[in-house]
Amino acid sequence: MKKKARKILNWLEDRTGLYALFRPAMNHLVPPGAKWFYVFGSATMFCLILQVVTGVGLSMLYQPSADTAYESLMYIQEQAVLGRWLRGIHYFGASGMILLMGIHMIRVYLMAVYKFPREMQWITGVVLLLLTVVMGFTGQLLRWDDTGVWSAVVAAEQLGRIPLIGKTISYFLLGGDTVGGHTLSRFYSYHVFVVPAMLLSFTAFHVYLVFRNGISEPPKRGRLVDSNTYRPWYKKMLQKKGVPFFPYAAWRDAVFGTAVVLVICMLAYFVGAPELSGKPDPSSISANPRPDWYLVWVFALFALMPPRIEDYFIAFGPLVLVGLLLALPFLSSRGERHPLRRPWAIIGVVVTVAVVVSLTLEGMRSPWSPRFDVKPLESRVIDSREASVVSGARLFYDKGCLYCHKIEKYGGERGPDLSQVGRRLKKDELVIRVVNGGHNMPAFGGSLSKKELAEIVDFLQSRK
Amino acid sequence: MENNNTPCEGCRPGESTGRRRFLSQLSIGLSVLGGLVVSIPVLGAFLQPLLKKSMPSWRALGSVSDYEVGKTLLVRFEDGEVLSWARSISHSAAWLRRLDENSFEAFAINCAHLGCPVRWEESSSLFLCPCHGGVYYKNGEVAAGPPLRGLSRYSVRVRKGKVEILTRGIPITTLTS
Repeated sequence: MKKKARKILNWLEDRTGLYALFRPAMNHLVPPGAKWFYVFGSATMFCLILQVVTGVGLSMLYQPSADTAYESLMYIQEQAVLGRWLRGIHYFGASGMILLMGIHMIRVYLMAVYKFPREMQWITGVVLLLLTVVMGFTGQLLRWDDTGVWSAVVAAEQLGRIPLIGKTISYFLLGGDTVGGHTLSRFYSYHVFVVPAMLLSFTAFHVYLVFRNGISEPPKRGRLVDSNTYRPWYKKMLQKKGVPFFPYAAWRDAVFGTAVVLVICMLAYFVGAPELSGKPDPSSISANPRPDWYLVWVFALFALMPPRIEDYFIAFGPLVLVGLLLALPFLSSRGERHPLRRPWAIIGVVVTVAVVVSLTLEGMRSPWSPRFDVKPLESRVIDSREASVVSGARLFYDKGCLYCHKIEKYGGERGPDLSQVGRRLKKDELVIRVVNGGHNMPAFGGSLSKKELAEIVDFLQSRK
Repeated sequence: MENNNTPCEGCRPGESTGRRRFLSQLSIGLSVLGGLVVSIPVLGAFLQPLLKKSMPSWRALGSVSDYEVGKTLLVRFEDGEVLSWARSISHSAAWLRRLDENSFEAFAINCAHLGCPVRWEESSSLFLCPCHGGVYYKNGEVAAGPPLRGLSRYSVRVRKGKVEILTRGIPITTLTS
């Protein structure tokens, strides 16, 4: 039996040469000491495979049509066999892919893997990062719920800031000058055919380059990269100390990759993908579009940035950022690789991570957004029986003041907390502020009667 | 002129560089030609939004008497281009305000900052944007927040007692607008 199987395998190898094709990749020597730091790239790729497989599954249930996509998603979520789990894996797989790609990128940056002769590895990696973000964004849109539809509009507005051709590109993205029957079909094509084809090609290229140029050896202080001597030195080092990739390095990739896949499957099962936000409707005004977590920092940036420079930032910021990333291996392709000898690299990473994390946290809170769901103030908070104060408190809610101002624990955070405004401002000052607005506050003079104004001011004066 | 009869490396015995070059150029040229021809209709589909413009059309919004003077209401209407399979998606909305007996103004629901849908707050006569906190007065002018310009407008007309609105694309804020 065993003999027969061997015979069949030998025949297959003789006619196809598949093992001979892949053997060099499996057996190629890798530097010793390439340990757990090196697992993030392969884990990112496992996530990609997970995305392809679960994507195929979802495509069997999904209707890529503007009118029915949302209903088919509801079907996947609520009725299809294990559909909720499948969609969950696709969501957490995407999240995992972006997170692990970020960690992988930070690792190769800190260890300066982008230096000679691995410049093209870094550059293909930057392309993969961009393609992955495009996949994430187009994928969020394919949910085709309220948020999905309005995210397309927000993306189109951002592209509109590109000089000269902005408007054309915006309408090109939407597939017309409004969100219509073409929009979803185009995004489906991008998400399922165009971008995956590029993503898979670049992944193959990226991995091929890793084999061609060899896995980078862990950096050592004082060991400089010199383009004249590096390649012969690397070859000699491998011959002396290298170990075959399979299984001596691959086992760590397998262990970590499997753990990642299992965690994703568990999160998908127990937590599940984000709820759908309601029927898609380009004419709805109740939508409150928010990006998925990995782009929340951009959302926060656009809210916090001074409006005057914002347009230029939207237009040129991404170009500068991508340009810098692509230029990195040419700005410094030789010399020291060890992070401790490149303190600015460490500082850069720490600052970038801190900025992105704090913007993300701020974006999730989004204190700049009016709170449309506030309730009228309770009498316990008003804490007064005076008629004008009580009706002033009611007006404070009715006129929408509470959307942006806090009274004790209630209300929005856009404007200042007014729990104790009576101590800070006198009656006249309050009147002037309410009537004229200012400092990012609209003028309410036109929409308040004299009596209403007096009551609101009475209420505010009683806040001490 | 190059000598066509010099022997070349990798050629069969007696073969000239001229023949080799001709066959190489023929193969590459034909591949490019084939690729280009097939690409034309694919590019047509890809670039359709740039090549096929939808025409603006007037859409009926009901009788003038349906609208109260001074009130702002959300109106929903079909886009300029309506595709039979898109149904509810091929609709836009606008905030319509009746100014007096015979004049109306209509604002896009898209915030001039990043396009999120603004909500009308009747009690305070303000449009509020949920995304980054843009605020506009009832006449569409900026009241607060990040937008640098007011809400875009639609053309509205009254014909035989009926209100009509002219469809348009989603207003895109550009660097120059």
